[in-house]
Amino acid sequence: MNPILAAVLVLGGMGAIFGLVLTFASKKFAIIEDERLSLAREALAGANCGACGYPGCDAYAEAVIKGEAEINLCTPGGQKTLEALSDVMGAKAEQTEAKVARVLCQGETGVVKQRYVYNGPQTCHIAVGMAGGPSMCAWGCVGLGDCVRVCRYDAMKIENGIVVIDEDKCTACGMCVKECPRSVIKLLPKKALVAARCQNAAAPRDARAVCDKACIACKRCEKACQFDAIHVINNCAVIDPLKCTQCGECVNVCPTKCIDQVVYTE
Amino acid sequence: MTFTLSNFLLFMVNCILTNNFIFSRYLGCCPFLGVSNKVETAAGMGIAVTFVMGLASLFTYVVYHYILLPLGLSYLDTISFILVIASLVQFVEMFMKKSMPALYNALGIYLPLITTNCAVLGVTILNIDNNYNLLWSVLNGVFGALGFLLAIVLMAGVRERLESSNIPETFKGFPISLIIAGLMSVAFLGFAGLGVN
Repeated sequence: MNPILAAVLVLGGMGAIFGLVLTFASKKFAIIEDERLSLAREALAGANCGACGYPGCDAYAEAVIKGEAEINLCTPGGQKTLEALSDVMGAKAEQTEAKVARVLCQGETGVVKQRYVYNGPQTCHIAVGMAGGPSMCAWGCVGLGDCVRVCRYDAMKIENGIVVIDEDKCTACGMCVKECPRSVIKLLPKKALVAARCQNAAAPRDARAVCDKACIACKRCEKACQFDAIHVINNCAVIDPLKCTQCGECVNVCPTKCIDQVVYTE
Repeated sequence: MTFTLSNFLLFMVNCILTNNFIFSRYLGCCPFLGVSNKVETAAGMGIAVTFVMGLASLFTYVVYHYILLPLGLSYLDTISFILVIASLVQFVEMFMKKSMPALYNALGIYLPLITTNCAVLGVTILNIDNNYNLLWSVLNGVFGALGFLLAIVLMAGVRERLESSNIPETFKGFPISLIIAGLMSVAFLGFAGLGVN
């Protein structure tokens, strides 16, 4: 046989056979994908932030389609995503409570006492490992901005040695909450304007010794609150956001101003 | 080569350490540098390569010895092996997606990357060049890929440590990875004395 013809026939034949096998296989092994999956995936914010508790938007979309997950878990997407998802799933949209990341510490430069001057690598995770961190308070913000670096929405910055969150930009994705070595940042309802912004669990005298704005567990806020919403737990005032009416009584009586009311200047 | 235990063990050491695909043959360097950021993904890639290289050795052996050689078309080996490997990977991917979803989720994303991996093509050509029979071809594929797995996992381990180390600005990222790959290659030269061929 002509060698050129043989080569053409063999390669062409092999290609044709493999092509046929693959065509057959794609029919035989076809997977019927739920068409809602791609719709649900498009409805999500696409930040792959993991705020919903699933590894990425794809996994969450799949869980929603299977009915394993609620449709209101995508915080970055907010109300828009919720409505789109409810269209896809044919379920009624429930209101999601808008959340925002809040810093539960007011230990700015000058407010909290410093143990030493820290000149090491500028990350909180390393700084807290050095004899308990540069600031005397073991519960406060380190102020080296690990959270700022993980924020994808440019919502955080360090001011006066403490992190400040821009609530308009914050989508409550929770990346900073996971990153913070001290758990200073918490996701709280956006409408909860009053926040007890100290987590120092040391004895009152010790807390006062290290920080001017520490909670000293005096319980005046407990007495001032008419709604049983604030309690001193572990030497720290903690507000129950379900009971709090944002009346601000506790803010007025707090001697160290560790309870703070967010004031919107619009 | 007859199949005896000592032959088998020597062959294994030879494939994994002495003639390591990455460090002494410099095949498959693209995934070696591309997918070695995390030990977990590196291991996934290595296992997927093992799987494909074993299968590719088997199928290309059959194609070469039962189709190309009888027709006197052995010069078509490279091009037809590419065809065989690409189709094979496609087929395996479809098959796995349908019947082994768990395995597909673990290895699936690496499979398309392997289609054009030169280590896979390399092993099939080497099988032909060394006149291995079917058994040794498949063993060469599997053990060669295990060497690849070892190399990529070691590399990923080093690169994970690099994340937290203080590297001069000029060397950050790819340059330091290449330097490390070179150093590891030099280290693997130490196994050269173990080789039989």
